[in-house]
Amino acid sequence: MIQERPLPTFSPTAVQLSREEGLALYEDMVLGRTFEDKCAEMYYRGKMFGFVHLYNGQEAVASGVIRGAMRPGVDYVCSTYRDHVHALSAGVPAREVMAELFGKATGCSKGRGGSMHMFSAQHRLLGGYAFVAEGIPVAAGAAFQSKYRREVLGDASADQVTACFFGDGACNNGQFFETLNMAALWKLPLLFVVENNKWAIGMAHERATSDPHIYKKASVFNMAGVEVDGMDVLAVRQVAQTAVARARAGEGPTLIEALTYRFRGHSLADPDELRSKEEKEFWLSRDPIKRLGSYLLEQDLVTSQDLKTIDQKIKQTVEEAVVFAEQSPEPAPSELRRYIFAED
Amino acid sequence: MAETAFFNALRAAIDEEMERDATVFVLGEDVGHYGGSYKVTKNLYQKYGEWRVVDTPIAENSFTGMAVGAAMTGLRPIIEGMNMGFLLLAFNQIANNAGMLRYTSGGNFQIPLVIRGPGGVGRQLGAEHSQRLEAYFQAVPGLKIVACSTPYNAKGLLKSAIRDNNPVLFFEHVLLYNLKEDLPEEEYLLPLDKAELVQTGQDVTILTYSRMRHHVLQALPELRQRGIQPEIIDLLSLRPLDWETISSSVRKTHRVVIVEECMKTGGMGAEITAGVMERLFDELDAPVVRLSSQDIPTPYNGTLERLTVVQPEQIVSTVVDLVGGKI
Repeated sequence: MIQERPLPTFSPTAVQLSREEGLALYEDMVLGRTFEDKCAEMYYRGKMFGFVHLYNGQEAVASGVIRGAMRPGVDYVCSTYRDHVHALSAGVPAREVMAELFGKATGCSKGRGGSMHMFSAQHRLLGGYAFVAEGIPVAAGAAFQSKYRREVLGDASADQVTACFFGDGACNNGQFFETLNMAALWKLPLLFVVENNKWAIGMAHERATSDPHIYKKASVFNMAGVEVDGMDVLAVRQVAQTAVARARAGEGPTLIEALTYRFRGHSLADPDELRSKEEKEFWLSRDPIKRLGSYLLEQDLVTSQDLKTIDQKIKQTVEEAVVFAEQSPEPAPSELRRYIFAED
Repeated sequence: MAETAFFNALRAAIDEEMERDATVFVLGEDVGHYGGSYKVTKNLYQKYGEWRVVDTPIAENSFTGMAVGAAMTGLRPIIEGMNMGFLLLAFNQIANNAGMLRYTSGGNFQIPLVIRGPGGVGRQLGAEHSQRLEAYFQAVPGLKIVACSTPYNAKGLLKSAIRDNNPVLFFEHVLLYNLKEDLPEEEYLLPLDKAELVQTGQDVTILTYSRMRHHVLQALPELRQRGIQPEIIDLLSLRPLDWETISSSVRKTHRVVIVEECMKTGGMGAEITAGVMERLFDELDAPVVRLSSQDIPTPYNGTLERLTVVQPEQIVSTVVDLVGGKI
């Protein structure tokens, strides 16, 4: 096991959190976890195909940023190939994400996208991008568009912020550096959210990156950079709120490095033989969902019955999503060529 | 408009569309303060400001991706590739995102994006600046590809490309920017899926595009002198190809010569030849003939460079042999 990097400390005493906000974050994370566990089950039962990359363990990042700091359906979200949970946090109904994984016509990408290509214009989800780092400049384009509407079209209400999620591996790719440069140069309303889960498929972050502290790379671009405990949804929420406020105020982008961990292999096809037992146990003990649950109970914001009620509700939502996906029609063969061009 | 140079026809197209629609903007290397390396965006920066004529850092893949994101969210970007060869560095964003994303998103997003700029074999510019990219991009689903060849069609096609709701790769030729022509005063647009019948004739159909249109026209007097009346078609649209115009011509002439600057292997000519075989085999009196560039990196030396590209005399001899039954 590689020496663990000290995690940034976060004091929850300063957190202003209402019961409703706490429950909303908890529900969003439970939805992400339950949905992904169901995906694994469905994959092994032969209901979904291709590469399926699950998000277990990283829920605090999507929930903390999107649910904790953004306006789902108004602000933009751009994802990676590990995109199911970003889609859910952005507000895409679980049934539409599940139907997409089943390749059905009712899926959010009409069965054309699959696991790595979740899109929803309605929910301002700019998509999952299968090639590492390619979503980063696309997200910058959405942020540029918001800026353009304000500067050129005189639309004062164009205050949307874009959150761009990507992994540690993307931070060694040219598109990361190129886009950080443009975003800082033009002060784009953009959050670069690195989900540093320590591993590419079988390549440890420390073996791929000369300085593993990704957040420090922001300073080169005269940009704010911050590291955060990505297993603590309240810590993520707080840095994201600061970054969103900065973006909306026209002060430019922020690079957020969330230190997190994926509890499963890279994909469901990955035997996951390289990561040590101790390393996995260390991170499993920091489960963000259990952590938030304990915090909410300690603060007397909720009762254990409240949490159980949510667990049950989400379980039902996900079961219904499966039924919906199973019962949905396949895309019609006559529509094979539909959507190649805008006119179709 | 009086006599207008090719680069100014393109500039007028961009200017008119930017004036008409405030969501249209230009981005690329040196398009703003400098006015574009071939002056296609000259002074537009002064007129429209730095947010509508955006000087980008030298980062092709990323500013192309940025344009894709801007197009997905409602703007209409025009990317200038300072040299279209540089866009090989943006291949991922052009192929995976501009080209495929409407489809993979199940119609959630459209990408109204124009990628334009100089390409083709120039004059001793060396291999990297003398490329025929249509061969690489023609296989990408979801892209439209246009190759303009005169100030008139450059302007009308570019205006249509800017208004189209799909990604359009718009090829200009580095050696045509100073070509001049009288243009109509009134506004006009040309369709992105129609070829241009340049010359009617009955002996042979010559299919060409971009700069090679002019080489074919240089060969025309000599062919006429030898009693051959070729039908010359400038394809203009490389994707989709205008099979209606091509087919009606081949049904008349029964012979086809393709004259292209594209590479021979896997080039446009290869695709057109296959298309003619599939659609018009029974109409042919002779095999389709391809006159293409040589499959080599374009050499710097002027003599060698000339040898890589199809020349008018080669067109004459090939057409004479074909019509005379020697091929």
